Amino acid sequence: MRDVAIIGVGRTPVGEHWGSSLRMLAADAINEALKNAGLTQVDALYLGNAYGASVSSQTHLGALVADYAGLSGIEAYTCEAAEASGAAALRTAYMAVASGSVETALVVGVEKSTDTVGGARVMARNVSIDADFEAAQGATITALAAMLMRRYMHEYHVGLDVFEGFSINAHANGGRSEYAMFRNTIKPGRFAGAPLVSDPVNLFDSAPDADGAAALVITTAERAGDLVPQPIRIAASSAATDTLALHDRSDLLYLKGANLSAYKAYQQAAIQPSDIDLFELHDAFTILSTLTLEATGFAERGEGWKLAQSNAIGLAGDLPISTFGGLKSRGNPAGAAGVYQAVEACLQLRGEAGANQVANARIAMIQNLGGLGSTAITHVLKA
Amino acid sequence: MSDLNKQAELLHERFTFAGTGEVFSFTTLQEPPEGFEEQAPYVLALVKLDEGPLVTAQLTDVDGPIEIGDRVEMVTRKLSTEGGKGMIVYGYKFRKVLSRA
Repeated sequence: MRDVAIIGVGRTPVGEHWGSSLRMLAADAINEALKNAGLTQVDALYLGNAYGASVSSQTHLGALVADYAGLSGIEAYTCEAAEASGAAALRTAYMAVASGSVETALVVGVEKSTDTVGGARVMARNVSIDADFEAAQGATITALAAMLMRRYMHEYHVGLDVFEGFSINAHANGGRSEYAMFRNTIKPGRFAGAPLVSDPVNLFDSAPDADGAAALVITTAERAGDLVPQPIRIAASSAATDTLALHDRSDLLYLKGANLSAYKAYQQAAIQPSDIDLFELHDAFTILSTLTLEATGFAERGEGWKLAQSNAIGLAGDLPISTFGGLKSRGNPAGAAGVYQAVEACLQLRGEAGANQVANARIAMIQNLGGLGSTAITHVLKA
Repeated sequence: MSDLNKQAELLHERFTFAGTGEVFSFTTLQEPPEGFEEQAPYVLALVKLDEGPLVTAQLTDVDGPIEIGDRVEMVTRKLSTEGGKGMIVYGYKFRKVLSRA
């Protein structure tokens, strides 16, 4: 296996892009990433997209986007793992380059979530939960997260307010970034009283559906050094799964997939959790942030929320998370979310994060979840 | 029979549940998917069946507060409709166990 590095990054602002289509967003991010890498051509394009079929009535994005971005002829196709599609595309590109099959690859995550509203949007995003045993009963991803959160609160005897630090931190960081969807701050004490979406999950808890595209150019570490001044090495890439349906988990309050993929990544990168300078985790709901910190070795079971009680997760803390706002404030462009995480981690490791910079960031972990951890894909990046 | 088929047969054994259990967790949906609008807001639960497994299902005939641990029993109800002239889907929901008069 060859060492692999990221040499170019690009992204569109996250938000409601009613004036742009899937292909336009993807091409914008691709062009920026290619320019950033100083290249005009690559050998392959791997796309992350979750809801193109159900929201945009569009599959076969590889051919579509490659052609529209001026790359017609190259290998190109979609990797799908619900909201973990972006990381799945990154891992596919990593494997292609590491194996020697491909020299230079583009990764692009793209999603158009906001072209439908109301029940139609809920329906469109519901295709990634268990159709026969969850969606058929009227469940939604938000309702399932809510049941997970209520059970957690019940077993560990905690109130809703203990989760507020995650959203306050996300919005504080997102407020510093022009790429974030919701840049408002959340004041302490306001979280628990926000309008309910699916109790106990409320508007200040769940990440907003969003449109956006983010892209990466990756190549061998050997070639990377000749092309750009600061290649970012992919020190680990690993994927794992848990049950698709929440009710099939033998231990409901433990993200087995997140645990498996993180510990494989630690082994590959030869690091401990304490070596990590920042962690872009999958904060689609505060309960996911809590359970992720518990599954990945940063907190004991039942205590993940305690990290959000202090300044530990802030930009100057021991474990900065959601450094550009995370899914909560930057926005959740589903199949693009994992690529945004990677772009943001690269900017941190290059020292190009501006107002969001984590001082002396050398090692970043990113973990992208599909659904409530049914897929978990972890990458460790090193400056 | 190949070993793989044997394994699948072992893993997937048909079993009939008694249809009783207790509320393990629950939520009230404010934003339902298409086909479920006419019932919203409705209560969805994770029900822990007496035999052990969890199942996702709506709670029906709800009048009054619900708590984790409430005893429930399965009933057959309309789940969703596919438009005015579409299919009506029936299936299982759960309701609080009624006290015997």
